[in-house]
Amino acid sequence: MLRDPCRYEYLPLIDRPKIQWPKAARVAFWVCPNIEFYELNPPDGQGRPIWPRPKPDTLNYSLRDYGNRSGVWRVMEALESFGIRASVSLNAAMCDHMPEIVDACVQLKWELFSHGIYNTRLIYGMSEDEVRQVIGDSLETIKRQSGQTVVGWLAPALSTTETFFDLLPEFGIKYAIDMVPDDQPIPIKVRSGRLITVPYSTEINDVRVMGYRGYSADSWAAMVKAAFDQLYEEGKDNGMVLCMPLHPFVVGHPHRISALHDVLQHVTSRSDVWLATGREIADWYYEHHYDDFVNHRAAARADRT
Amino acid sequence: MTDRLKYPHRGRGLDHTWFRHAPTIQRPQISWPGGERIALWITVPVEFFPLDAPAQPFRPLGAPPSVYPDLWNYSSRDYGLRIGIYRIIRVLDAFGLRASAAVNAEIAVRYPRIIDEIAKRRWEFVANGQDMGHVHHGALAVEDERELIRTARTTLMNACGSPVSGWHSPGRSHSGNTLTLLAEQGFTYVTDWANDDMPYSVTTPSGQLCAMPLTYEWSDRHLLVQHNLTVDDYVEHTLRAFDRLNSEAERYRSGRILSLSITPWIMGYPHRIAALRHLLSHILNKGSVWPATGNEVVAMFTKRATIETQP
Repeated sequence: MLRDPCRYEYLPLIDRPKIQWPKAARVAFWVCPNIEFYELNPPDGQGRPIWPRPKPDTLNYSLRDYGNRSGVWRVMEALESFGIRASVSLNAAMCDHMPEIVDACVQLKWELFSHGIYNTRLIYGMSEDEVRQVIGDSLETIKRQSGQTVVGWLAPALSTTETFFDLLPEFGIKYAIDMVPDDQPIPIKVRSGRLITVPYSTEINDVRVMGYRGYSADSWAAMVKAAFDQLYEEGKDNGMVLCMPLHPFVVGHPHRISALHDVLQHVTSRSDVWLATGREIADWYYEHHYDDFVNHRAAARADRT
Repeated sequence: MTDRLKYPHRGRGLDHTWFRHAPTIQRPQISWPGGERIALWITVPVEFFPLDAPAQPFRPLGAPPSVYPDLWNYSSRDYGLRIGIYRIIRVLDAFGLRASAAVNAEIAVRYPRIIDEIAKRRWEFVANGQDMGHVHHGALAVEDERELIRTARTTLMNACGSPVSGWHSPGRSHSGNTLTLLAEQGFTYVTDWANDDMPYSVTTPSGQLCAMPLTYEWSDRHLLVQHNLTVDDYVEHTLRAFDRLNSEAERYRSGRILSLSITPWIMGYPHRIAALRHLLSHILNKGSVWPATGNEVVAMFTKRATIETQP
């Protein structure tokens, strides 16, 4: 086992080159709806239990299915009404099960990125070739349904292996959001090619805040707005990223959806905000900042020796 | 390991055959009596939590979780049956509202007084299993489960003297056979799946059922007990759901359902009951509301489904 992920070096905000976003925006704001398929009877032995109750866990299955029957349409409407193009963390099997939802995302000009095949298929303990099958299958499936060439990745249900990052560039993946150590993109060290993180969030993630911790919808909205205000302030001279992860089975309920409207109203009422997708943030970073960061990191390393 | 890369159900629709995938907003329109926008469906779970409820396969919310004999939790649940339910009944009486009471069969044996009070008010009786120590789950033998359902239904029907057409599983838990057994034994609707805002049809080898959208997410047990929110938050969330469903009913020109689950051992406490009064008063004064029991909503849904299938 590794003592740290060995994927990035310590380079605190105070020691690194500044980021300048397009049009001098202070914050790149991106929204990640997780559009997921949970199987009623997934295989056992995946490293941790999939459902809290014995199979078939019809209650918890149905609570997630709510997102695809009812919630997702409210989330789409909310984002569209504020002119926000989302970046979808997509279980590729949604293309097979509910292609009309994927088609609606494409219609809205949303970016799709890979969230594996199913949220009930974890990659823990898989060999590299097995992980390659998951990555390749997900990219082909999404491409077939949407026409989009996927460049982003979040492993299903936050499952991981030590080496899956090394395999992503083989498939043209440019950014992975499986680590959350920063408010700016950072380079990820991989065997070959290039890969970066784009900040995601477990802290203001609706499923964690309202789903697991049980905060009210207003408390969640207040958290997101506070995070935005702080990054907006800090972003005056160094561009920041705020990601708002969403789960239609959480925020898409009729008692919570107004809180999403509230957050979006707050964010879009400010100027100097870049309403971006993951791909756009990654492309900008590669073009303007990646080399800067890598060189600076090398220089910092040389300084210390 | 290789099992994880085999996807036997990866195809159009859902990964089971109980019902079809159908987005809520694309369903055929439904009209409630009087053209009201919202059907207000109140469910009151009437539950017996045995002191010796087993820890396996799991304890439903409310089952005494501590070391046996957990008198504190047992008696906190029992408070609902001695005091709480009568407070809730008084509030609903004051508004002229009838509820669907989801009643454990054991209540008929131990608390017949409650059955009388509910029957007197012509509330609907919904079968709610044997008691909260008998959850339905995947390892239950089909014969045992059939007997559990049959006993629960007949015990309740004999006690209340009226037909029972709805089912609510203790802890909302099912085996893979539950839906089939419910249809086989003459139930017409089930309230355990929490995936929709509206009713939809369920197909089993023994016939059809209607799945009714009993709220989970803004139920008192979820918000007040699981999520530890205050009763003010509970009211606020419920009113937001009401506002949103009301506006969707207008927009899609189709009735919507506001389901409330009011639990005697949660909402029946003196520090919470006023919030229930406030909530109902707001909904009834503000809205275009059809107060209905579960079987009344199901009847409307079935009527519509029949009309649709006529040539």
